Amino acid sequence: MTLLAPPPASGAVPAPRLVDLFEYGLDAPICLTWELTYACNLSCVHCLSSSGRRDPRELTTEECKAVIDELERMQVFYVNIGGGEPTVRPDFWELVEYATQHHVGVKFSTNGVKITPEIASMLAKNSYVDVQISLDGATADVNDAIRGPKSYDTAMNAMQNLKDAGMKNFKLSVVCTRTNIPQLDEFKAIADRYGAQLRLTRLRPSGRGADVWDELHPTAEQQRELYDWLIANGDGVLTGDSFFHLSAFGKALPGLNLCGAGRVVCLIDPVGDVYACPFAIHDEFLAGNIRMPGGFQEVWQKSELFTRLREPQSGGACTSCQFFDTCKGGCMAAKFFTGLPLDGPDPECVQGYGEQLLQQRGDDLVIAKPSQDHSHRTDKWSKSGKVPVSITPRPAGLGPIMTTGPKSMPVSACEESPLAGFSPQAD
Amino acid sequence: MDLDRAWELHPQVSVRPEPFGALLYHFGTRKLSFLKDPRLLEVLRGLSDAPTARAACLAAGVPEGEVRRFEIALESLEQSKMLVERPS
Repeated sequence: MTLLAPPPASGAVPAPRLVDLFEYGLDAPICLTWELTYACNLSCVHCLSSSGRRDPRELTTEECKAVIDELERMQVFYVNIGGGEPTVRPDFWELVEYATQHHVGVKFSTNGVKITPEIASMLAKNSYVDVQISLDGATADVNDAIRGPKSYDTAMNAMQNLKDAGMKNFKLSVVCTRTNIPQLDEFKAIADRYGAQLRLTRLRPSGRGADVWDELHPTAEQQRELYDWLIANGDGVLTGDSFFHLSAFGKALPGLNLCGAGRVVCLIDPVGDVYACPFAIHDEFLAGNIRMPGGFQEVWQKSELFTRLREPQSGGACTSCQFFDTCKGGCMAAKFFTGLPLDGPDPECVQGYGEQLLQQRGDDLVIAKPSQDHSHRTDKWSKSGKVPVSITPRPAGLGPIMTTGPKSMPVSACEESPLAGFSPQAD
Repeated sequence: MDLDRAWELHPQVSVRPEPFGALLYHFGTRKLSFLKDPRLLEVLRGLSDAPTARAACLAAGVPEGEVRRFEIALESLEQSKMLVERPS
């Protein structure tokens, strides 16, 4: 990212900082996250969208293409596609091709499950596509404890396939946690080994992340370690601007250092709901739905919520802090999902003000829960002692329980075929 | 960068006007640039039809005395591969 303006003439009034201009919003987002499905083969403990099961109201292929047409008209240069696991959508590769043919670049996040050598070779040929492999531990034990069994091998295999296909500079994306902060150098080494670029992002108490945040968010000492590491590695490591709250340690980190929610970023979820940011899937941050008349453009440019977010925000208790200008009070979603006021410090405020507030929270405080939960139900079942069952024909070896018992699945009452239930082999 | 030669935007660069100026995105390098001066956007728009970059600056209303400042901005666009020399 570069900022360009002719250098000011001597004596001229200095031009406003870009970050100040961005606070009033843009005609179209710079960075749009689009979660294509809530379906996922994994059940990561910190999933910020509480994904697992597909939502039956998911946008159809045609609806997705209409969104892409609109993004092309609005000149959204690229979308960050995620989920869920976006590649499990049967039309995923079709949508990627459609977007890139319509001048909307695609960067998609995946756990690697579908990145076969054939797919990797197809991706490497398309310069409008970038791939981001998620990995949350530099070793299998650390990673799989968060992302599930075998997920480390899946990610490594995908990266090997991308490297073998000649894909350059794809991203290795890591959510920084208490268990993997000691592995930052190892992550960098893995990225280097596969010709990838390392991207570090912040663990947020969003989605299922709220359930594990207390145990997994970096300790105060680790935050300092992370900050020093980021300063030392500079532009070579991407952060998606996610650690601007750490700027209060001193020097601002590379990037805009601004909460872009509703100003330069937003989220389209699998059912077309538009939220202010990917970490805030809650009615409080829901701006509208792309299925409404006017579509996405209307939501982005005119929704009441986004208009409000683009007004100058009150720093509240933070205004008097000397670091407010760089940290801006931190992440809105992190505050919201830990029950802190939005105009106060971030729960991970490096000056310790957030920690004080967290300790002052009363036991009766009701913390907001995400509006959606598509988690796999398996865990809940195992905890409740219930098991999933399905009705199937009685196995032949068990003998008849009825003399004329069914030999096949019962025919549904809704079955429209006149030949339903008929099988030429049936007696 | 030679201001007296013909230049154009790289074919993989897309330009989006914004109230403060414009956003430039290079699909090849995946780099984003922000133009904070609307006149610089005018210069870029005129570049491919102008015989030289200097002519594009003057046509966009940049006074002779300020051309050097725009040259510096164009140079950094050239360094980030946003601008390429046009075969004349």
